[in-house]
Amino acid sequence: MRDVYIIGVGMTKFGELWGKSLRQIFVEAALSAIDDAGVDHIESMYVGAMTTGLFVGQEHIGALMADYLGSAPVPAVRVESACCSGGMALRMGFFEVASGNSNIVLVGGVEKMTDGADVTAALATAADQEYEVYHGVTFPGLYALIARAHIARFGTTRKQLAAVSVKNHHNGSLNPNAQFQNEVTLDQVINATLVADPLTILDSSPVSDGAACAILVSEEVMKKAKRPAVKIIGSGAATDYLALHQRDDITVLNAVKRSAERAYKMAGIGPEKIDFAEVHDCFSIAELCIVEELGFVEKGKGGPFIEAGNTALDGKIPVNSSGGLKAKGHPVGATGIAQVFEVVEQLRGNADKRQLKDVHIGLTQNMGGSGASSVVHIFKLAE
Amino acid sequence: MIGIVGYGSYLPRFRIRADDIARQWGRDPETVKRGLLLKEKTVPGPDEDTITISVEAARNALKRADIEPGEIGSLYIGSESHPYAVKPSGTVVAEVLGITPEVHIADYEFACKAGTEAMFVAYSQVKAELVKYAMAIGADTSQGAPGDALEFSASAGGSAFIFGREKVIAEVIDTYSYATDTADFWRREGAFYPLHGGRFTGAPAYFKHILGAGRAILKKSNLKPEDFKYAVFHMPNGKFPLSAGKRLGFKREQLEPGWIVPTMGNTYSGSSPTGFSATLDIAKPGDLILLVSFGSGAGSDAFIFKVTERIEQVRDRAQKVQEMLSREPIYLDYGQYAKFRGKIIMNE
Repeated sequence: MRDVYIIGVGMTKFGELWGKSLRQIFVEAALSAIDDAGVDHIESMYVGAMTTGLFVGQEHIGALMADYLGSAPVPAVRVESACCSGGMALRMGFFEVASGNSNIVLVGGVEKMTDGADVTAALATAADQEYEVYHGVTFPGLYALIARAHIARFGTTRKQLAAVSVKNHHNGSLNPNAQFQNEVTLDQVINATLVADPLTILDSSPVSDGAACAILVSEEVMKKAKRPAVKIIGSGAATDYLALHQRDDITVLNAVKRSAERAYKMAGIGPEKIDFAEVHDCFSIAELCIVEELGFVEKGKGGPFIEAGNTALDGKIPVNSSGGLKAKGHPVGATGIAQVFEVVEQLRGNADKRQLKDVHIGLTQNMGGSGASSVVHIFKLAE
Repeated sequence: MIGIVGYGSYLPRFRIRADDIARQWGRDPETVKRGLLLKEKTVPGPDEDTITISVEAARNALKRADIEPGEIGSLYIGSESHPYAVKPSGTVVAEVLGITPEVHIADYEFACKAGTEAMFVAYSQVKAELVKYAMAIGADTSQGAPGDALEFSASAGGSAFIFGREKVIAEVIDTYSYATDTADFWRREGAFYPLHGGRFTGAPAYFKHILGAGRAILKKSNLKPEDFKYAVFHMPNGKFPLSAGKRLGFKREQLEPGWIVPTMGNTYSGSSPTGFSATLDIAKPGDLILLVSFGSGAGSDAFIFKVTERIEQVRDRAQKVQEMLSREPIYLDYGQYAKFRGKIIMNE
């Protein structure tokens, strides 16, 4: 396989983008990435989107976006893996360049969730319709089950869960692209409106619109581009039982663990070499479990690890410097690529007020549903 | 001088507390009250509707105006709960008041701004010298679906204003209207309850239009927020008008007299007109008052009024809004409320 580099990234602000359409936000992010990369054409496109059909009644996203970007007749296809559609689009683009089939690939993610659709019902299509959804369970409910199990098994506290949201809101307050740029306190998180016991609305990522794109290129194109480039040194994906009740242990996100192992193996490094990570904190409990599965801390110790500040901007392993899904926003299909945007900006030293010190290797982890699919990428600043 | 000659309001005596509605749907009352800044709302009695509310408000306006009803040449009623889909409310009201038959009548609908729409047309009729006096009414028995956030606010009441050139108590200094096609809240033909776009009713709807109209009329009239004694903004809940006022540069005390939504609720077409009526109840000669309505769909009408000396003579001739709000309210439980509002399925 050939080496693959990212030489440009772009994203829209995340939030309630009522004045802009699905295609507009995608094109805005894509043009921004193309401009950042300085390329004059692209050869192929992969667009991550979870359920634009339910959100805005639009499918055939690959062709539509190629059309409106002015890039037709390039090959373009939409990639779907629920909330990790973006991360999976990156993986497809990575293989396209690695295989030698294309030298310049645009990977992107987009979602428009605030145009009036029943968002909870649309998102629930990523859960098991026959065994979960028919019984009335929603994603907040599924993650609440995981949280309760984690609390019962490991003694994780309500305060430790809230610490995830407090940290991510702080980071979001430093990110101009974040949907929420306000700080919250532990008390505010714990006493906010209850969504699914024990999770409150401030444990939950919001409903958002947004798009993000990245330009993936071969070594040859990277060298000609003469701009700071980031190399993708690891890519791993995995799946798990879709329905929570089939898993041996619901506190374990097996797909996250397996996808990380595969990415670490490709990169030839372990979790101790990771300087910072962007992870899929769709709910506070998710981030807590993910830092365990990624190997940043022993299983069951995620609560105290986060509470002690290890994942803060100045901590041992900063997690979600962008504000994460909680504060930056979670336009589902775009999230995986927005994570890449943050990692690339941090590695290139462009993260301004939230710039991490002395970071060389970053990781992104993006997952679908209640963890039935997960994709992990590892990035390193190119020499 | 063209302006308001007489004004009057009417609010039903029945109330339901936000606590009772919240408990009915398993929601935490304190969270709801804190979120919406609403305590209770008026409820129409079983025999009350937009027509009866309009008649009561109009009678109060006539008491203050001290004119012959027959001198009123136009009667306009803005509401989104006209009792009939086809057949005007205005004819009944005009008949009761003794205004018929030499009168131009129209019913208006523009969600919550139908009341100020009626005011705008009544004012225009007088200005065009087509009629001596014109009456405008904004009244509603507002609908909100059970369990919806609107159920905490949708209430009943209304206000009437008579425009003319003589006996003016508040002169119209300027007007401005602002409208776009923005579908934030609607009720289709035959539907019992309205639908709305949730958070979309905020920034792109209410705030865009209220602030758009507010900023434009200030610019047009070359006035600043501090030039006004009072300001009234449409009140879909407690928070929105306070936030809109603050963003336009008004202080809380300028909004306070008209900010009656915590205990009145949202009387839809009668909301900002009744807030304005409550403000006239305490205004002094020379005071400038800004009124900005909002109707979903969406649009805002803005008016600047200057209170005259005559207000002191007329205001005590009819009951004031605060008196209506505080006069021995009768509190309903949710079951009585459901019965009064026709929310219980009955046999014929």
